[in-house]
Amino acid sequence: MTDAAELRSRTQELLAAHPPATTDRLDFLKARFDAGLAWVHYPEGLGGLGVPRSLQAVVDAELEAAGAPDNDSRRNGIGLGMAAPTILKYGTEEQKQRYLRPLWIGEEVWCQLFSEPGAGSDLAALGTRAVREGDEWVVNGQKVWTSGAHNARWAILIARTDPNVPKHAGITYFICDMTDPGVDVRPLRQITGEAEFNEVFLTDVRIPDSRRLGEIGDGWRVAQTTLNNERVAIGGMRLPREGGMIAPVAKTWRERPELRTHDLHQRLLKLWVDSEVARLTAERLRQQLVAGQPGPEGAGMKLAFARLNQELSGLEVELLGEEGLLYDDWTMRRPELVDFTGREAGYRYLRSKGNSIEGGTSEVLLNIVAERVLGLPSEPRTDKDVAWKDLAR
Amino acid sequence: MSAQPDLLYSEEEEALRSAVRDLLADHCDAPGVIARTESDAPHDLAAWKALADGMGLAGLLVPEAQGGQGATHREVAVVLEELGRAVAPVPYLTSAVVATEALLECGDEELLGQLASGRAIGALAVALHRPPGTVFPAVRLENGTLHGELTGIADAVAADVLLVPAEDGGLYAVNASDATVTPQVSLDLTRPLATVALNGAQGRRLGDAEPAVRRALRSGAGLLASEQFGLADWALTETVRYLKERKQFNRPVGGFQALKHRLAQLWLEVVNLRAAARNAADALANGEYDEETAVAVAVAQAYAAPVAVHAAEEALQLHAGIGMTWEHPIHLNLKRAKADSIAYGTAGAHRSAVAELVDLQAP
Repeated sequence: MTDAAELRSRTQELLAAHPPATTDRLDFLKARFDAGLAWVHYPEGLGGLGVPRSLQAVVDAELEAAGAPDNDSRRNGIGLGMAAPTILKYGTEEQKQRYLRPLWIGEEVWCQLFSEPGAGSDLAALGTRAVREGDEWVVNGQKVWTSGAHNARWAILIARTDPNVPKHAGITYFICDMTDPGVDVRPLRQITGEAEFNEVFLTDVRIPDSRRLGEIGDGWRVAQTTLNNERVAIGGMRLPREGGMIAPVAKTWRERPELRTHDLHQRLLKLWVDSEVARLTAERLRQQLVAGQPGPEGAGMKLAFARLNQELSGLEVELLGEEGLLYDDWTMRRPELVDFTGREAGYRYLRSKGNSIEGGTSEVLLNIVAERVLGLPSEPRTDKDVAWKDLAR
Repeated sequence: MSAQPDLLYSEEEEALRSAVRDLLADHCDAPGVIARTESDAPHDLAAWKALADGMGLAGLLVPEAQGGQGATHREVAVVLEELGRAVAPVPYLTSAVVATEALLECGDEELLGQLASGRAIGALAVALHRPPGTVFPAVRLENGTLHGELTGIADAVAADVLLVPAEDGGLYAVNASDATVTPQVSLDLTRPLATVALNGAQGRRLGDAEPAVRRALRSGAGLLASEQFGLADWALTETVRYLKERKQFNRPVGGFQALKHRLAQLWLEVVNLRAAARNAADALANGEYDEETAVAVAVAQAYAAPVAVHAAEEALQLHAGIGMTWEHPIHLNLKRAKADSIAYGTAGAHRSAVAELVDLQAP
């Protein structure tokens, strides 16, 4: 049994053998992965030691104190948060060995080819087709809202392999090579002026069957692992008091007394309290996870943060008055990182509109809470037993 | 900021919850509580005796050396969650929390022992709507006796001893039999208010009123959030249960998306309220009457009051016709929730406290 003390000594051994000051960044990260200190809850040989996730903090603290480089996880959020757990759960041994190490190190960035113009909240209705030809699959279709597609080496992809069965049953999950000549990535400009998302057109893209994740026709179930991890990643960040979107508003309020009004004061105080309570709920959820009693609260965290981000950034634009009429820069750009709290108030206001859409709309999440947490009856379904090819579209 | 608060319930706290819930199932069923509201005895003194004497819960905040259980605000909060769920008409918050905290501040061993054992019920003679830290009326002290009238004193009709602030800055213990206690027709019939008139009553000076009242109201406000959580959690649970059963248009009405979304939103609020209430209880339990505790209490109260009221109002609307009847217990929950939204300061008063504490000043 590996405990905190042993993890500490393993970390010190790594640091002694590969002093961060004199070791190349990628070499250090590879050595860390091979020592099982990348994500300690992963199995041995795959960057972990098979110990509880909560012990990761022990390793991270030692490495941070020693000034060791990290894997810049924000650059590969989809890889780390979504692709990796799915590969771990459904991948073959060969797939795990091939993909997880460069993914964790950050050598290979991942993106997600799930949503389509005709399949948003009803993701299972997706129409991108994958047709078997010998040992390969030939893929044709259009994906959308693909963040980071322009930087990605690999994509997780779900496509329709059988149109003659109901929609959930005819989907298969693949790993798609983003350098394939049939992959065409085009920026999709957003209301902020920039393009963090893309449209991805897939034309006769050939994927070897060895890059299939899970069984043929089982892609919907495999995708649930991905999507559950996405919501945890979006809502589960640990924040200090006045962290997140409340921070810039509170700062402006304190520094600019001339902007204050009574109406804004009341609204700010209410949102400050709501932010603090949401932080406490997230902290309580974290304590439940550490204690091994995960609660259903996670389903609600994304809803809460979407609303807070939108109301706080909206308040900030109003608070700024004359300055609120200005915008920092409409130039079309393709940012490498998605940053909800970066730039200025106008950007934060516009970007936060996406918070209640991306990763499941707030309306869909409310359905999930109502049905899975409260056990209320599900919507009447007319699409469950109909072959995908016969659905209305 | 100090160490992270413990926001969970311990196994002991869960065991305490079960015991209190069982007891209330025996004593405080809804038809009984409703019938009692219009009787001459609004308080359920049998349930009180079982809680205070039988289970020793009146003395949770009092150290063992002074005749109590030596527990903390965390356990008291769990008791209040259950009392809130049942809208139990017992003077627990007023006697075992608010009056007891005032006596702890004054260090009065004799009365502490009596309240802790449940042999006596105490009531702080400060109107229920006063938030922590505000001014409060005091009675006149003339020739060593007390004179004056105070209104809005919660649970005074059940009290054996009243803790009365006087104009000399002292807090005085007055036997209820030496005062004229007159019930006021109250919105919340399960925590009724009364006027207290003193006409030359004898009082025993316990100590300074200001710090005692401040401490009492701060604990009262902070722990009220746990009662409000209990109220809100009951309202949500009952409404979800009912909407799964109730059928209209040939299907359970809980399957209609408009109602599902409302209940999911309410669930979010209730989950948040639990975290805020646990945080306040934990801060109070750590015994530091510092700024962190003040923030935790103000945040909990600023959040709790609207949520408990919203939960009760949603429960009424979603139960529809049956929710408007005197027979159904929703009105007990609604009246308590609405009264609680004023008790120990409104949400607005607590938001103003937050503004001072975290330096978000008014224009």
